[in-house]
Amino acid sequence: MTKLTLARLDWGIDSMPNMSKYKVKMPQQHPDVRNKNFKEVALGYTKEQAIEEATRCLDCKNPKCVEGCPVNVPIPQFINAIKEEDFEKAYKIITSQNSLPAICGRVCPQESQCEGNCVRGIKGEPVAIGRLERFVADQCMDIPHEKISDKTMDYKVAIVGSGPAGLTCAGELAKLGYDVTIFEALHKPGGVLVYGIPEFRLPKDLVAKEIKKIEDLGVKIVKNVIVGKSITIDELFEEGYKAIFIGSGAGLPKFMNIPGENLNGVYSANEFLTRSNLMKAYDPENSPTPIYVGKSVAVVGGGNVAMDAARTAKRLGAKNVYIVYRRSEEEMPARREEIEHAKEEGIEFKLLTNPTRILGEDGWVKAIECIEMELGEPDASGRRRPVEIEGSEFTLDVDTVIIAIGQSPNPLIKETTEGLDTHSWGGIIVDENTMQTSKEGVYAGGDAVTGAATVILAMGAGKKAAHAIDDYLKNLD
Amino acid sequence: MYKILEVKQLNTLVKSMVIEAPFIARRCEPGQFVIVRSHKNAERIPLTIADYDRDKKTITIIYQEVGFSTKLLSTKGAGDYLEDVAGPLGVPAPLEKYERVLGIGGGVGIAPLYPQVKKLSKLGTEVYTILGGRTAELVIMEDEFKQYSNVIVATDDGSKGIKGTVVDAMKDIIDKKKFDKIIAIGPVPMMKAVVDLAKEKNIPTTVSLNPIMIDGTGMCGGCRVTVGGETKFACVDGPDFDGFLVDFDELSRRQSMYKDIEREYDKTHSCKIGLGD
Repeated sequence: MTKLTLARLDWGIDSMPNMSKYKVKMPQQHPDVRNKNFKEVALGYTKEQAIEEATRCLDCKNPKCVEGCPVNVPIPQFINAIKEEDFEKAYKIITSQNSLPAICGRVCPQESQCEGNCVRGIKGEPVAIGRLERFVADQCMDIPHEKISDKTMDYKVAIVGSGPAGLTCAGELAKLGYDVTIFEALHKPGGVLVYGIPEFRLPKDLVAKEIKKIEDLGVKIVKNVIVGKSITIDELFEEGYKAIFIGSGAGLPKFMNIPGENLNGVYSANEFLTRSNLMKAYDPENSPTPIYVGKSVAVVGGGNVAMDAARTAKRLGAKNVYIVYRRSEEEMPARREEIEHAKEEGIEFKLLTNPTRILGEDGWVKAIECIEMELGEPDASGRRRPVEIEGSEFTLDVDTVIIAIGQSPNPLIKETTEGLDTHSWGGIIVDENTMQTSKEGVYAGGDAVTGAATVILAMGAGKKAAHAIDDYLKNLD
Repeated sequence: MYKILEVKQLNTLVKSMVIEAPFIARRCEPGQFVIVRSHKNAERIPLTIADYDRDKKTITIIYQEVGFSTKLLSTKGAGDYLEDVAGPLGVPAPLEKYERVLGIGGGVGIAPLYPQVKKLSKLGTEVYTILGGRTAELVIMEDEFKQYSNVIVATDDGSKGIKGTVVDAMKDIIDKKKFDKIIAIGPVPMMKAVVDLAKEKNIPTTVSLNPIMIDGTGMCGGCRVTVGGETKFACVDGPDFDGFLVDFDELSRRQSMYKDIEREYDKTHSCKIGLGD
């Protein structure tokens, strides 16, 4: 702190920072109310709250927060603009680097990125960068994205998938003047933003608006085209596309391979969430797609997807919802806020617990048998490896089991594209500096490369690929 | 949006639709399927492609009205548009030239059998087909099949062809002729019965499965079936599998997962059908 104070000797009295140790509280729906509806949990800062929080930022000369951001948003600059109450300026600063700020402000794991690096976090809570980003984006939803270049480039670029990686890559290339077409397999664009992340965490009309802004840059979105099935990568080249970005996501759910996994009432989190989010099964008045929860639900896993599934099950009327996770809370990969929200909403956490089999009756789930675990030596991921405690098996009576232990990259493109190298686990192999694959003119990013990760990492990859594609196409002749 | 060019009522319950779908018609092969959404908020319905015309850029789907969503689909007529048609999905059926193949179709399962029989015949295979239904009216596409195969009809009530099930007809024909392969598509109990007999006679048999699915691209895993002791996704690993290895009891149970919810929905919401988007 001494160093910081020294660096700030030029401050006048008026610009003294707000030294509160805590973030300005986020207004939110009461847990007992929100766990029965699908409306957004966090309601967003008011103008006054945003300005108050903004003044907690010390405007560091060497801002560590920016280093923590996968797309390098100039954070102190946009926060300064909030202090000046120039929200439009703040928005333009954010969108110079991030084309989906209303989404990132809501779903980024800020605690391990920008906010994790914030010096205010050393003694107290970091500046609520995510909440401020969300505030600015929500205020300025109607401001269109600006093109970087007025020139029209003669090249057509195809983007596979309209999730965060594809949308970002498409937006960047369109800003540079390219003729961009996104091919989407589902009937609605947005990828995981529409099929995976629930309405109560990321409202779908907001996703639709962000997508519309990308389309307004001239990006075309063709739905119901499954690249690898409806058309292949090589055929896209034949159709005149000069470069292709694959952002097809991690659309292959993992199962545990334990007995009972094919009983009625066992879902992959992908299926459960897709039914609820994409197909709107939570709104039976307007959607005929069915979903089953029963009285008690066990969700296996400790990531954001597990939290989303558990909280969705609760909202769909399940009385008891358990998170079953084999490590301790500390190792949970979910965003801190989601874990807190889940607990507030009445989700029960069965930690250091691993399922061993699912028990059925007449073909339907009746219970899940679990075993208690303890943490041993750190494994390859650096986290302490969970080890079974012999003889500690117990059963939980449940009607539904949702498996949320991760997804692998979707194999459809790999299977139909010659010359596209992948890892044995399915991830597309790329040069990390350019996101270029083993096939000329083909780039890839997001979960298709990394396996299930975060929205913002996918966006970072999409952006990096866009600039590499720009370089590639400029040197094509 | 996908234009419906033609609708035909094949019997009281079954309809065929010819749909303009250039991406699908260009590449689809027998055995593959599409996902159809008739209206904006409608369900995604997987339907096997019953025929296709690459020049006219059309595909044909044939479906039976069984619940809310298929009834909703039936509110669309020629000249109307379907909200979404995605595909072709699944792996093409493994077809090559054989000496002689027996196709067995039951009920609306006759429709997806048709492109396979047509292709086999064009490859130079001699094809026999058994088309079965409860009663004469439910046996569809007999004339189409006659162009490519020797057709035997079996009805439970004897109103057409031989009186009995497709398995009765199968017993009869496999005693008389030698078949290299059987393709059976229809209700699960029918496919199971065909496979049981084929096993006895050691005639390789493929079946086409239609479990519950949402996306059809491997994403949801709802369509998982046990084949040879391993879990497979019908959408990306199938829908055609070696019938000898399929766990039909599990399939049948999984298919009924939403029966109660759907029956209730159908009852309370049928008034909404036809109200448009």
